[in-house]
Amino acid sequence: MKIVASLFVACSLLLSGAAHADKITVAAAADLKFAMDEIAASFKEANAGHEVDVIYGSSGKFHTQIQQGAPYDLFFSADIGFARELATNGLAASDVKPYAVGRIVLWSGSRDATKMTLASLTDPTIARIAIANPKHAPYGKRAEEALRASGLWEKVESKLVLGENIAQTAQYVQTGNAEVGIIALALAVNPELAGKGGYWLIPDTLHEPLEQGFVITKRAAGNALAGRFAEYIGSTPARVIMVKYGFVLPGEVAAK
Amino acid sequence: MIPTIHIMLTNSDLQAIGLTVKLAGIVTVLLLLIGTPIAWWLARAKTWWKGPVGAVVALPLVLPPSVLGFYLLLVMGPNGPLGQATRALGIGPLPFTFWGLVVASVFYSLPFMVQPLQSAFEAVGERPLEVAATLRASPLDAFFTVAVPLALPGFLTASILTFAHTVGEFGVVLMIGGNLPGVTRVVSVQIYDHVEALEYAPAHRLAAVMMIFSFLVLLALYAWRPGPKKGA
Repeated sequence: MKIVASLFVACSLLLSGAAHADKITVAAAADLKFAMDEIAASFKEANAGHEVDVIYGSSGKFHTQIQQGAPYDLFFSADIGFARELATNGLAASDVKPYAVGRIVLWSGSRDATKMTLASLTDPTIARIAIANPKHAPYGKRAEEALRASGLWEKVESKLVLGENIAQTAQYVQTGNAEVGIIALALAVNPELAGKGGYWLIPDTLHEPLEQGFVITKRAAGNALAGRFAEYIGSTPARVIMVKYGFVLPGEVAAK
Repeated sequence: MIPTIHIMLTNSDLQAIGLTVKLAGIVTVLLLLIGTPIAWWLARAKTWWKGPVGAVVALPLVLPPSVLGFYLLLVMGPNGPLGQATRALGIGPLPFTFWGLVVASVFYSLPFMVQPLQSAFEAVGERPLEVAATLRASPLDAFFTVAVPLALPGFLTASILTFAHTVGEFGVVLMIGGNLPGVTRVVSVQIYDHVEALEYAPAHRLAAVMMIFSFLVLLALYAWRPGPKKGA
């Protein structure tokens, strides 16, 4: 009897699950590409029958799009400020939760960057240094701060080339067009780039913290799947993936 | 007019405008030199490979700027063939330089020069050149004294379109420019930067300048060309 009843419950759960298959769309900062793909896949395994679409792009652009009514249920911003601004404007359905504190590294595709420091950038054989555009890219702002704090900004300014975002900055270095770049740790540990050159972690005392945070948008208020996804981000399996890709919270250590 | 613009636009906006005009001007002159013989050949050649050449010239019309930008970055980079050639010449790699943008724009705007010129040369036809030949004009002489004057409206259209199209370039510049003020930061990139930094007021002002400029250019083009002229 008990077995029949539980079978019945299981069946009806399955059926209702199938009938009410939910779908959420996640807007995520471009640096999350590899980490979020993996998190979304493991979340879908645990929540069979539900769909998670992830769209990657620049945080600033997503912030503007959500204000114009873009259909995103969760927003992962490389700069927590954008997420906070949505909350202040009444466009969020949850608190803003941090998911990582971004770190910047020196990375080169042609030299051993593990043996470099910021001072090495004055080396005359380095003609081009790629950083993200400090005017609007969060990682670029931190790179400028670190160079200024080390008193190197004026010395290297003429060698700087500016990437539109942090991924393009890495691409300038990867194609050899710039000898060195200041990029996100999350990109430097990605297998595509980790195979070449290596990286040197820039001390976080040299720049303002790059807090990254996410929020459920107002559109997804009451969407149970969005709530579950937000909870999942804080769970151990999701944190393990985040740390593996260099998205560390204070107290966590990134894999070398 | 000039003082008002000066009040509205920042110095870096004005620098971007100056750079854009310089880029478009140089590209137009270079393409007049490169595009004219190509258009002349395309208009008069009777071989089978006229088709493939015409298609290659038209490629930038169809290809996304990302494809062009991607390959230019690889080809002009230090490991690419063009990059190695420029290094051997002692110039260094072209990405992130003004002349890199010039090379990219020459490719990007090529069909805008060649196609109107080709149509103009085709409209001139064989007859005036044959007449010139009977009057003992050498082919080169006939080209400059007969074909060019007859195709002059085509030259004007092609130059205006090339200039305007280079001003409107964005994707390729973003991919190979490196956003250097006064070197590769053209107006379209400057507007993009304003928008990305959520500085909408300066973005609106510079965008307005672009709108007015583009409208005036097209107005000049269409007002000056009264309509389809048969056999002109």
